Amino acid sequence: MSRSSRGLYLIPYYLWMVLFVALPVVLVAYYSLFDIEGHFTLSNYASFFTPVYMRMTLSSFWYALLITLFSLLVAYPAAYALTRTKHKQLWLLLIILPTWINLLLKAYAFIGIFGTYGPVNSLFKAIGLGEHQILFNDFSFVFVSVYIFIPFMIMPIFNALEDINPTLIAASRDLGASSFVTLRRVIFPLTLSGVRSGCMAVFIPALSLFMLTRLIAGNKVITLGTAIEQHFLVTQDWGMGSTVAVFLILIMAVLMPVLGGGREVRK
Amino acid sequence: MTDKNRLGKVYLFIVFVVLYAPIFYLMYYSFNSGGNMHGFEGFTLEWYSEVFHDTRLIIIVINTLVIALLSSAIATIIGIVGALAIDRIRRKRVKNTILSLNNVLIVSPDVIIGASFLILFTIAGIRLGFASVLLSHIAFSVPIAVLMILPRLQEMSPTLVDAARDLGASRRDVLMKVILPFISPAILSGFFMALTYSLDDFAVTFFVTGSGYSTLSVEIYSRARAGVSLSINALSTLIFLLTVILVVGYYLVSRSSMRNRKKERAAELGVPE
Repeated sequence: MSRSSRGLYLIPYYLWMVLFVALPVVLVAYYSLFDIEGHFTLSNYASFFTPVYMRMTLSSFWYALLITLFSLLVAYPAAYALTRTKHKQLWLLLIILPTWINLLLKAYAFIGIFGTYGPVNSLFKAIGLGEHQILFNDFSFVFVSVYIFIPFMIMPIFNALEDINPTLIAASRDLGASSFVTLRRVIFPLTLSGVRSGCMAVFIPALSLFMLTRLIAGNKVITLGTAIEQHFLVTQDWGMGSTVAVFLILIMAVLMPVLGGGREVRK
Repeated sequence: MTDKNRLGKVYLFIVFVVLYAPIFYLMYYSFNSGGNMHGFEGFTLEWYSEVFHDTRLIIIVINTLVIALLSSAIATIIGIVGALAIDRIRRKRVKNTILSLNNVLIVSPDVIIGASFLILFTIAGIRLGFASVLLSHIAFSVPIAVLMILPRLQEMSPTLVDAARDLGASRRDVLMKVILPFISPAILSGFFMALTYSLDDFAVTFFVTGSGYSTLSVEIYSRARAGVSLSINALSTLIFLLTVILVVGYYLVSRSSMRNRKKERAAELGVPE
């Protein structure tokens, strides 16, 4: 084989990278400079800094943060308990299984469960709490989001816990640390990388849950993801949609090194 | 200590109940003759027959499967090439840059991928429909395939390739008879991973399906917005069963490859079995 043809088979990959990684980002940046009539303008950027979009950005990140936090609170003990079971791999598989069910089907199920005549309300009535509107508010939005993301939080934490050398825990116990101190000073710090990648795996998709805001939150929660979807597919204002996307990309670029997610993926 | 273990088990049990509740809830009401998701009136298979008589729905299921299989296959091939390319790079800085670029689509929020692909396809003049959905699914599956294959490639001892070359194998032979067989378990798991991502994707697909074309998640979204229909429940029960079969298959495949890997490692260290 001649020298020049050696790299020829690498072309599809690099082509993919240029066409589907670099070009889309450039195009989004380019489109953010045009208004809805196609005139070149910076007005999109001006309107992004109005209170409407600022509030949306803040609430978007606030919800993503809440979802990440609650997922972590639920997932960490679960991952810990998982490592103590027999047949760990099988149980882990059973945790992962629900993620293979289409997200929209699960969201759809919650419409029934949280509905006025659903089982949760019947339970409330049975214990004398009365009927409540659980659907279409921020509670149901956060609950369903956490539900959807929990397996993605459990997996990396479980892996990190499994990687801990058991002699470290034994040493900590030998040196007189209580099990709580061991958890706080030995186990938790050693699983930080898993916690971090779990948080990344939850936080980023949580920013773009526009289908849940529509189905579960009844349009009462508006996030940046919802705004982008609205601009692109409903009002057809691609310029403004792109501007929101540009800011989302920028914020992510700032957050990424802080959360240090890239490193986990690379490993 | 046993007390604490029991506490953990109870907690895990609750997590499992919550995780599976919605799924079994859907399955339970798929047999309800009452036509709603509260108050079970009687057992019926009416909704299943509705699913099987809904030609539009069947076409959509086929579309979804075709897109998933085709896009994962193509993405896996590009992913193999990508992993080989990255593995060849010697300079660390270049390698890290390429790897970060590779991961851009994995770490970007779906809406941004969807929106930017919508712009891309519109400018390129690609009609929204089968082609645009297929291309975008290939696009977001490639980095996943690369990430699954690359570690296996790096695990491979370079002496294997050297030995093959010394024995007179051509570059082509080295690739086909040494490298590819060695990384084949990783290729398989990359393919499965791409398949799941493709089957599960909603946000990206939603942006790039025009009006005439639909995949399952887009269809469920529009039906769920229109209101409760138990044929969705029946459909989800069927999907759940299919998924369980797929997962069990994947589990068996990954377990056997793990066992192989353990054996290889043992062999490398000279440990007798």
